[in-house]
Amino acid sequence: MDYFIELFFSGLTRGSIYALIALGYTMVYGIIGLINFAHGEIYMIGAFTSFIVATVLSIYGFPLLAIVIIAGIAAVVWSSSYGFTIEKIAYKPLRHAPRLSPLISAIGMSIFLQNYVLLAQTSDFLPFPTLIPDFPFMEPIAHIVGSTDLMILVTTVVVMIALTFVIKFTKIGKAMRATAQDRTMATLVGINVNNVISATFIVGSALAAVGGLLIASHIGQINFYIGFLAGIKAFTAAVLGGIGSIPGAVLGSLILGLTESFATGYVSSDYEDVFAFMLLVLILIFKPSGLLGKATNQKV
Amino acid sequence: MFSLKELKKGLLTSLWFVFLTFPIVVIKVDPIARTVVWRWENVAYMAIGTFLVYFLVRFIQYRRENRPKPAAAREKTGSIVHRILQNPTQRVFLVAVVATIAVFFPHVLSSYQTNVMTTALMYVVLGLGLNIVVGMAGLLDLGFVAFYAVGAYTYSLLNLHYGLGFWTILPVGGLMAAFFGVMLGFPVLRLRGDYLAIVTLGFGEIIRLILENWGEFSKGPSGISNISRPSFFGIELGLEQSIIYTYYLMVIFVVITIFIVNRLQDSRLGRAWIALREDEIACQAMGIDKRKTKLVAFSLGAFWAGIMGVMFAAKTTFVNPSSFTFLESAIILAIVVLGGMGSIIGVIFGALILILMPEYLRALSEYRMLAFGGILVCMMVFRPQGLISNIRRTYTFEKKLPKN
Repeated sequence: MDYFIELFFSGLTRGSIYALIALGYTMVYGIIGLINFAHGEIYMIGAFTSFIVATVLSIYGFPLLAIVIIAGIAAVVWSSSYGFTIEKIAYKPLRHAPRLSPLISAIGMSIFLQNYVLLAQTSDFLPFPTLIPDFPFMEPIAHIVGSTDLMILVTTVVVMIALTFVIKFTKIGKAMRATAQDRTMATLVGINVNNVISATFIVGSALAAVGGLLIASHIGQINFYIGFLAGIKAFTAAVLGGIGSIPGAVLGSLILGLTESFATGYVSSDYEDVFAFMLLVLILIFKPSGLLGKATNQKV
Repeated sequence: MFSLKELKKGLLTSLWFVFLTFPIVVIKVDPIARTVVWRWENVAYMAIGTFLVYFLVRFIQYRRENRPKPAAAREKTGSIVHRILQNPTQRVFLVAVVATIAVFFPHVLSSYQTNVMTTALMYVVLGLGLNIVVGMAGLLDLGFVAFYAVGAYTYSLLNLHYGLGFWTILPVGGLMAAFFGVMLGFPVLRLRGDYLAIVTLGFGEIIRLILENWGEFSKGPSGISNISRPSFFGIELGLEQSIIYTYYLMVIFVVITIFIVNRLQDSRLGRAWIALREDEIACQAMGIDKRKTKLVAFSLGAFWAGIMGVMFAAKTTFVNPSSFTFLESAIILAIVVLGGMGSIIGVIFGALILILMPEYLRALSEYRMLAFGGILVCMMVFRPQGLISNIRRTYTFEKKLPKN
């Protein structure tokens, strides 16, 4: 039973990380109908920035709490800046192009960013500093749920609540929902759609950066390639929940995280990634609109 | 265009990029030795680089906006390559020159050069295969390399276990890949374009992961070695001769592929693909079976990839799963996009440029993938039709202007 609970919590942890990334996919897709292939790379850059900042600060002898806060802020700031810039360079000029053009551009951007980090930094796996200490109160259940897992779950829940608040009640959130429903109509009622799209990219990237920071401290090592797999898995989660739907992305991520965790725990860890891809292929074949998504009919 | 305002914007842009790239480009930490290297010189490179790129982009935009009107008329006659190809005497001359170069290439240059050229020609064929799927039928296939892997492993495994030769397996490998194409295509081809891209990507990764992890079947990451090279009418050739022989085989493959793809383009099927790419609903209304037409495109592309997979295994005599990563698919896609989607001559040029350039500019080879990514973005933004765009067959009739 302990093993089951351990797998359950490890699945929840995975799922929350996927959720943080999947939200970026789903929000961007909801607004401009683009699969932002470079989103995984944003998350990787978030992890790298926090790694660099945290290591520099720890070498210069800063206290742990300051390191965590500054590294977190740096990751969010830089990832959002990257998200913003990528949208301006690679997607904005293609807003009225055929469907495949922005997708190819996004794939190019993803390859570009991977190799940019590879060339500027290194291809080796880098050890990520321990940012989250073992809490003493977690001692009795530490063999089932680690302190890092707890932090990830708590942070994810806090971030989700904040995001829900932003989308439901703030002006920019309302503008985002309006743009997602009908872009032309949103323009007509005086919403600056370009700003809304930029804001969506910034929010999505900030969430991915938080995910990057958390998973890097959970796994303990990073390299330039982590974004690819994480991106695909988060995309799977977003599609599973119904792309474009925010609660769907969270639900899909948790399901994917639990599936992976139980499958690797009870079946085989060699095929860890195969399960995610199989799930993706199966969903797209049998229910392309996802669990909470709306099936849209093509209009002529 | 070189106003003060532009200058200010350029400076701001380069400042923004300096900020953006600061942590990754400037700071380099060694977490084990606990040292920090501040590479301040990179700030200067970044600043100057982005400043120049900004003005280059502005210049291109400026020229595009102020281009004289007859541009549209020039587009129709096509680029210089098309003009040569349309003129019969020039075309014969061009073909003769290319054929002479192709025939004498391995005798003049070293076997290393021949090997490189063979690889480039393989990418030409792969590019043309993917061109059927992406360029003509408009289906973005990101798992093309999976079919390549199927071909390569079909040959390697059958050669290893049953000692079957290259020529026996060549069609088998192609058909096997086409079979996988149908198996995958049947359920997923009804999906919309971008979903299809992700599913094919997932499929490509599944194939690679299975090859990597199913040790008893595929020998896992260590791969299969000592695969026999193609034999010449039952005669085993030495290494040197074999390289030349493989080269000529590839030349023949390229010629056959160009011929078939060219014929396909003008066939009923090819026109159906192009129509599907342009507008699915209108196309269905015209009575074209959408699923069947797509499936044929998908499996034909896979067939070509499978054949090239067999060729690849026979050429390198060694296969392992790391040859079939997503990046390989991305390279082939970059070839098609750079050359011009749907354009045969463009794809050939694209493959030769992208494969030969990093080979001969060794200093730049580490920037290869960076450039591939950049090319995909830049081509989509600035020249979505590719270097040598496909000219649409158009029928025009000169309207006589009424005199008044």
